[in-house]
Amino acid sequence: MRSTMIDFEKTELRLGLPGAGGGGNEGETSRNSSGKRGFSETVDLKLNLNSNSSDGNQVEDMKQKNIIPASADSAKPPTKAQVVGWPPVRSFRKNILAVQKDTTTTDVNKSGGSHMAFVKVSVDGAPYLRKVDLKIYKSYQQLYDALSKMFSSFTIGNCGSQGLKDFMNESKLIDLLNGSDCVPTYEDKDGDWMLVGDVPWEMFVDSCKRIRIMKGSEAIGLGITL
Amino acid sequence: MAYSFPEEVLEYVFAFLSSHKDRNAVSLVCKSWYEIERWCRRRIFIGNCYAVSPQIVIRRFPEVRAVKIKGKPHFADFNLVPEGWGAYVYPWISAMVRSYPWLEEIKLKRMVVTDESLELLSKSFKNFKVLVLSSCEGFTTDGLASIAANCRNLRELDLRECEVEDLSGHWLSHFPDNFTSLVSLNMSCLGSEVSFSALERLVSRCPNLRTLRLNRAVPVEKLPNLLRRAPQLVEFGTGAYSAENQTDIFSNLVEAFSGCKHLKSLSGFWDVDPAYLPAMYYACTGITSLNLSNATVQSPDLVELIIQCPNLKCLWVLDYIEDAGLKALPSYCKDLQELRVFPSDPYGAEPNVSLTEQGLVTVSAGCPKLQSVLYFCRQMSNAALITIARNRPNLIRFRLCIIDPQAPDYLTLEPLDTGFGAIVEHCKELLRLSMSGLLTDRVFEYIGTHAKKLEMLSIAFAGDSDLGLHNVLSGCESLRKLEIMDCPFGDKALLANAAKLETMRSLWMSSCSVRRCPSSNVEVMDERGHPDSRPETCPVEKLYIYRTVAGPRVDKPNFVWTMDEDAVLRLS
Repeated sequence: MRSTMIDFEKTELRLGLPGAGGGGNEGETSRNSSGKRGFSETVDLKLNLNSNSSDGNQVEDMKQKNIIPASADSAKPPTKAQVVGWPPVRSFRKNILAVQKDTTTTDVNKSGGSHMAFVKVSVDGAPYLRKVDLKIYKSYQQLYDALSKMFSSFTIGNCGSQGLKDFMNESKLIDLLNGSDCVPTYEDKDGDWMLVGDVPWEMFVDSCKRIRIMKGSEAIGLGITL
Repeated sequence: MAYSFPEEVLEYVFAFLSSHKDRNAVSLVCKSWYEIERWCRRRIFIGNCYAVSPQIVIRRFPEVRAVKIKGKPHFADFNLVPEGWGAYVYPWISAMVRSYPWLEEIKLKRMVVTDESLELLSKSFKNFKVLVLSSCEGFTTDGLASIAANCRNLRELDLRECEVEDLSGHWLSHFPDNFTSLVSLNMSCLGSEVSFSALERLVSRCPNLRTLRLNRAVPVEKLPNLLRRAPQLVEFGTGAYSAENQTDIFSNLVEAFSGCKHLKSLSGFWDVDPAYLPAMYYACTGITSLNLSNATVQSPDLVELIIQCPNLKCLWVLDYIEDAGLKALPSYCKDLQELRVFPSDPYGAEPNVSLTEQGLVTVSAGCPKLQSVLYFCRQMSNAALITIARNRPNLIRFRLCIIDPQAPDYLTLEPLDTGFGAIVEHCKELLRLSMSGLLTDRVFEYIGTHAKKLEMLSIAFAGDSDLGLHNVLSGCESLRKLEIMDCPFGDKALLANAAKLETMRSLWMSSCSVRRCPSSNVEVMDERGHPDSRPETCPVEKLYIYRTVAGPRVDKPNFVWTMDEDAVLRLS
């Protein structure tokens, strides 16, 4: 019996924006109420199917022959029309992209899931930077040892291994920060400069983008409250 | 009585003229100059292989040593020219073999080259020195083996972006042991691995080697071996630039690169592991040309390498560089002249990188020598284009590809007419322009009015009517090459400007509204059948018009129709 059947019309998905009028017109795109263009108009704008030229019909025929029409299903977002010869990219450049998509993004992402995590390390006053793979260390201590060895020739004041180890001792922290000793800091994924050592090692490795060993007097500017 | 210099003196003077235009001009002065010039011309350039026949060329210039020939139209690069269209080099080579036994150089672009052609040339020209094949196809590595085996005096073998059927890497081993004359080897487009020991030996015994561009198959750990044997290299292209994490590779690379004190150009960089990029830093101070268009690494790594090159003049890079990376160029690479930014994901629906019009604006503002631009992006505004035009009136080449066809100014949703109008108005020396985005007939008014030096124009999805095309054809005095796809241009503009077409090298129109063709040097490409077999109102698929003194082609495939005079009269 028809009256007991579910009113399919009401359950059917339509491209209607919030505030669309009820009643029989709810299936139409509510251009008037929201001012936004519906899907079909968007497609027309992109493909210029509503041509202004005098050869209107010809243009439409001509364009449609060369273009695979975008999907007319209004529930999906508008797909890009594929046109032969556009965009003007050489075949060998398309291949590079396909290969890049096939492989995992280990070359592109440094952190998380890849087998290495190279980050740059700078020491204030040193003439050049170094790179370390954080994944080969298991703890902050190992990292400090390695950094000390790397920069042993450029130690400024107490930036040697003792100086960094002292850093781990909170009671000496204030002395360090007030003096010209070194403070290891790092830039995290959000671009913020943080003090090394606050978070668990693994979290540090995942979020660290680069390391900077600052002079203690500068580190005060980080606004670290103790 | 006419006084003139003796012939020998004129010949001596003409020898200083290297440009083809100058030589052509000289030959028009008078009959005796024409005669003297044609006997002493050693280098010829043929911009369209169908504009002239080998016989005509050989008859006029009997003593040629170097030829450069171009074949297919530019849009062939984007698969718009059907397979089998033409541009075969064999007829040229067989004619030259008979008449130019001392030929030394052949440079070809977008031509079909067969193994047979390569074998013939390798065995016939005893003093053959230079082979440059650019975007060519049709040959296999067997053809390269003939070149290697037979050209005893070869200096350059340069395969640029060719499609080669790669049977094996064995071709390289065909260079004889006593072969030492190599100056330049570019095998970057090949897939197969060559015998590394053969390559090493070749590099070792060629002391004049200045250009070596390897293919992807050469692993990074082998690079130091090669670089150590060729510290005199000026241009170097790596293979795949990554390996398992081994520290001695890195230090070997550093040592090898620092030994190359003359490097000016770097390329290659497939599969880059950013950790290995710093190995090159010592070699970067002299670098003027950097091609990172294969390097799929992120902006910070790209920037770190680029800023090591203060003398950089030419940069090719993927859009991974992003706006942030381009911002670094004015500070570190002030001498930049050419920038090409290629899309990493041209078919993606959404942008995958943060590269917008801003990157180009900052480079245009801060690099005063910037004159050549190729830029793929996803949004553009008139404001940005106007800024770029005002910043860089010295632009010579401006090719902008906004990936979404007919994308309007993203800020105002207007067409980009005024933006491109500003480009042609301010950049008075502009030679080449490629446009994209939403464009109406207006932009062609600007182009016809201002772009007086423009030689090549590429248009897609632009304009409203024939008036657009008419403005271009009637206004652009220097126009030589025009290529158009998917624009509503038809017969009227062509008919009205038929004489103009005679002054141009070529006109390409595909997916436009052309039905009738105004002159007899016209090729219509239509895989549906002869144009006459369809209703008169039906536009042709593709039209290629070029001037020629060679008459209709004899090697047409079955989908190419040349319109004869009768046909033109019948249709009109």
